[in-house]
Amino acid sequence: MIITDGSTAILLAIGIPAFVTLVIAALSSRPNLRDAASVVAAIATFLVVLDLLGMVNAGQTPSVSLFEVMPGLVISFSIEPLGMIFALVASGLWIPAAIYSIGYMRAENERHLTRFNICYALAISAALGIAFSANLFTLFIFYEVLTVSTYPLVAHKQTDEARRGARTYLAILMTTSILFLLTAIIWTWSATGTLDFRPGGFIAGQVDPALVPVLLALFAFGIGKAALMPFHRWLPSAMVAPTPVSALLHAVAVVKAGVFTMLKVGVYVFGVDFLSQTDASQWLVWLASASILIASIIALTKDDLKARLAYSTVSQLSYITLGMALATQMGIVGGAMHIVTHAVGKITLFMCAGAIYVATHKKKVSELDGLGREMPFTFAAFGIASFSIIGLPPFAGAWSKMYLMLGAANTGQLAIIAVLLVSSLLNIAYLMPIVARGFFAPAPVAAHSLGAAAADDGKRWREAPLLCVLPLCLTALLCLLAIFAISPLYDFLLHVPILPETYP
Amino acid sequence: MQEVVLDLEFIIGHYNYWLFVILMMTGLYITVSRGNLIKKVVGLNLFQTSVFMLYISMGKIEGGTAPILTGDPNTVYSNPLPHVLILTAIVVGIATTALALALVVRIGEEFGSIEEDELIEIEHELDFAEESAEASPVPGQGDANKGEPGGK
Amino acid sequence: MIDLIAKNLPALQVVIPLMAAPVCAIFNRSRLAWLIAFVVAIASFAMSVALLGQTLDGGIISYHLGGWAPPIGIEYRVDVLNAFVLLIVSGIAVVTLPYAAKSVAQEIPREKQGFFYTAFLLCLTGLLGVTITGDAFNVFVFLEISSLSTYALVATGAERNRRALTAAYNYLIMGTVGATFFVIGLGLLYMATGTLNMADLAHQITLRGDTRMLHMGFAFVLVGIGLKLAMFPLHLWLPNAYTFAPSAVSVFISATSTKVAVYVLLRFMFGIFGFDYAYQQSTLQYVLLPLALLAMFAASLVAVFQTDLKRMLAYSSIAQVGYMLLGTAFMTQTGVMATVIHLFNHAVTKATLFMVAGAFVYSVGSSKISELKGLGRIMPWTSAAFVVGGLSLIGIPLTVGFVSKWYLVQAALELGWWPVAAAIVLSSLIAIAYVWRIVEMLYLHSPSPDTKAKEAPLSMLVPMWILAAATVYFGTHAALTSAAASRAASTLISTSNIIWQ
Repeated sequence: MIITDGSTAILLAIGIPAFVTLVIAALSSRPNLRDAASVVAAIATFLVVLDLLGMVNAGQTPSVSLFEVMPGLVISFSIEPLGMIFALVASGLWIPAAIYSIGYMRAENERHLTRFNICYALAISAALGIAFSANLFTLFIFYEVLTVSTYPLVAHKQTDEARRGARTYLAILMTTSILFLLTAIIWTWSATGTLDFRPGGFIAGQVDPALVPVLLALFAFGIGKAALMPFHRWLPSAMVAPTPVSALLHAVAVVKAGVFTMLKVGVYVFGVDFLSQTDASQWLVWLASASILIASIIALTKDDLKARLAYSTVSQLSYITLGMALATQMGIVGGAMHIVTHAVGKITLFMCAGAIYVATHKKKVSELDGLGREMPFTFAAFGIASFSIIGLPPFAGAWSKMYLMLGAANTGQLAIIAVLLVSSLLNIAYLMPIVARGFFAPAPVAAHSLGAAAADDGKRWREAPLLCVLPLCLTALLCLLAIFAISPLYDFLLHVPILPETYP
Repeated sequence: MQEVVLDLEFIIGHYNYWLFVILMMTGLYITVSRGNLIKKVVGLNLFQTSVFMLYISMGKIEGGTAPILTGDPNTVYSNPLPHVLILTAIVVGIATTALALALVVRIGEEFGSIEEDELIEIEHELDFAEESAEASPVPGQGDANKGEPGGK
Repeated sequence: MIDLIAKNLPALQVVIPLMAAPVCAIFNRSRLAWLIAFVVAIASFAMSVALLGQTLDGGIISYHLGGWAPPIGIEYRVDVLNAFVLLIVSGIAVVTLPYAAKSVAQEIPREKQGFFYTAFLLCLTGLLGVTITGDAFNVFVFLEISSLSTYALVATGAERNRRALTAAYNYLIMGTVGATFFVIGLGLLYMATGTLNMADLAHQITLRGDTRMLHMGFAFVLVGIGLKLAMFPLHLWLPNAYTFAPSAVSVFISATSTKVAVYVLLRFMFGIFGFDYAYQQSTLQYVLLPLALLAMFAASLVAVFQTDLKRMLAYSSIAQVGYMLLGTAFMTQTGVMATVIHLFNHAVTKATLFMVAGAFVYSVGSSKISELKGLGRIMPWTSAAFVVGGLSLIGIPLTVGFVSKWYLVQAALELGWWPVAAAIVLSSLIAIAYVWRIVEMLYLHSPSPDTKAKEAPLSMLVPMWILAAATVYFGTHAALTSAAASRAASTLISTSNIIWQ
């Protein structure tokens, strides 16, 4: 607890990753120092965010206003429970991700690492900006910064395929954000005259009730990063990126920024109470449910490991959207908790996929037969993370799912509980075979004789470099240990306001 | 209800406008339709001249004299303002014509033609040449063909 | 002495560059001519800052040229709107000239450089004059001064590519036709009202009411200015002129000449005919609005398929003019404000981008998109400036483009014109397509191994980055520009208090 001033701490949290880009640029000719700078910055940022957590727990509301962009539109930050959680996830997972990317990128002999590290740090900075934003305007700005700063990461390999994938990525995220989100924000601004997040929302009574679902639709589709179907295509096409980038997209920053924005809009723009009274989000419940199931089914059909995980993400994100759309306290708690549990689980899965690729250059599920015995740590971590994603108690994912079901039960929508259960089954169906193949299927003999057989015989284990394996074991461990964090997390999330504040 | 089919007096009374319209249309038509760059400039001149006429005739008042004070309160003067304005416009017109002709001369020197369709053809060829140069890996230094490998 | 200068500021604003122009021609020495032009540009920038300072609180400066009182004499009338435009024009001139030094030295033979700066100053004179004058016929004269010098400036690009000559010729023909239409319109207005002073025109129109003559005048003026500001589909002169002009000229005219024409349109439409002029309302709604929307889409789409960076930017300019016309067509305070603020924002953005294109021409010898491969590594600063400008063109937050778009969409939503609001955001998406093609080319390709390109000289980079920084600064601190634009809009609306039945 070094920093006691809330506003300084906020600026530091956003500023450290932004500042470290300059350090990285300056150190571009000295790779070791440069990569170390990333890790140091990650740890420093995390410490600052922890510091902020201490303040929030002490009942403070750290906030800071920077400057007025247009009359009435101010860049300002203020911390509330949801943002705190998201900031913790983003800054916390940056540490393993930074370590992992050193191991992965070096093992893969990727070039342009300075650009990579700069964009990575910038993305984290933007994610923290989103987390702490005090109004829709600030949030939108950082949302776009995040889009632009991750584009070079997706296109990193500079192949035709990478360019195409990155183009889709940018096209969908920009299109949705400008076409829908910006329109929604300007609409909100001209209807209510404010964009400040307010507990209980500020839409009530300002927008024609018949148009509220339309406004919600503009928001829901505008937040393309939440990958709500039918605007989910960018996520699979961004799979051309190197694996650390996928981890960033799926776990650390990008999609989490999307669903976080979704929750934030639900809680602080519309207001949970308002949504549940007007049933404006009812259609979103069904759309999210459909998204959950359809994406899971598509995931089943994918043989490419990363593509399968990508569709799994699409499905899991809709859990969070669903939590918001349910418009109950438990829904919000479950959704917010799922941000954490899914992030930890998915980053592990992606780092495993990357580790497998680094060690064996295998991308397809059908090629993984017997690999588990050669890469026990990786596959064990994969297994643990899979259990968490599926929602098997006592792993982390179980608890967020439980609260989501509670939320559904509160509104009496039993069909949603059924959707969640079916989805868990589908999760088993698309994740378990990977682990099962790895550990139990006999290794294909032909592949061995074709491959560098001599090397295989000499060494039983073919794990990826240490810097790859270490972080993924760490996050897998987090999936396990999360059980101890669930209760405080739950208490913390109960502070998310549901009703409008009564004081003026 | 009175229906005027053809008000001859109106038409004849506004003869200056008819002349102006005819001249203007002729000028504009020549500018648009002729392929020869010089003829285009001639058309433009006609077009501008028609406007001068419009202004001058609008300042003319029937029975009015030149606007020089005579001391007689009953004298009707023509409006001098449009005439003065047109002096400026004539100067602008001459400048335009001079610049246009200068450009035509330069175009004639550079392209060897001042016919629009031929020029368009030459420019198309230039475009085509640029595109095929694009296909070859040599980074073109524009027109200065220095260091072109001797493979051609 | 200072008092004398202060009193005659509006006249000096025009007279100083006008007087300096022949001086440049007399001392036909490139360095000296450049220096004179630069000093003059700085002086006029200082004067326009002073003028804006005097008018920002809503005051109007009425300066009688030669002491002749209007409506007989020529009046220079400065309010916050034209002070703002003066600031744009002279500001762009100040940053263009340092940039021009190297670029002109490369693109134009030495013995002609003196004349180049002469023409540049004349062009500046014309644009400032158009903006500052309160006399309708004077607008025509200054418009022609600026246009004639622009034709000449475009033609100087012939040293690099002879197609500049035909581009200049076509520009001349279309520009002159436009100017002549404009004069015809003025003549008809004069016949209808008997005056040419703008303020008096507005007054007389109120007194005399609507006539067919007024309709005619309105239509001719609209078409005439439409040609000058490249209103779709009267834009045919623009792409070639911007593409083949010398880099410095592209920078200057793309940022100023169409903007000044838009200003003239605003002044005539709202300052003279008034907001409630019934004929105007139907014209704007049924003619200008569809044309503006068409420009936004058609020109943007054409831009996507260009193979030359400068030409692509030129088409993008046509689309951006569409945004400005759209703002006027809304006929609301927010709409006009969006137009005015976009004048500034687009000037800054487009000047940055054309400077980038010019830097590529300087280092690579071409602005062909296919030759920009991998330049992101070789020319990092130039390329980064392109990214900043490009993001602004798309309208990403933290850039000025976003501010413009925000107000435009807000204006559309205030009127409840949903489809128009959707069209604005949709068309800005097309900008992503054409901007990103370049970004991919710059950053996601390897440079060709035998390239001799190197980073542009500092004298080009500094102005470029001043503008790029302005793009970001005014994108994040838009309170200043939006206050000026908002005042300009309300002045324009409050002066047009004509009630039409």
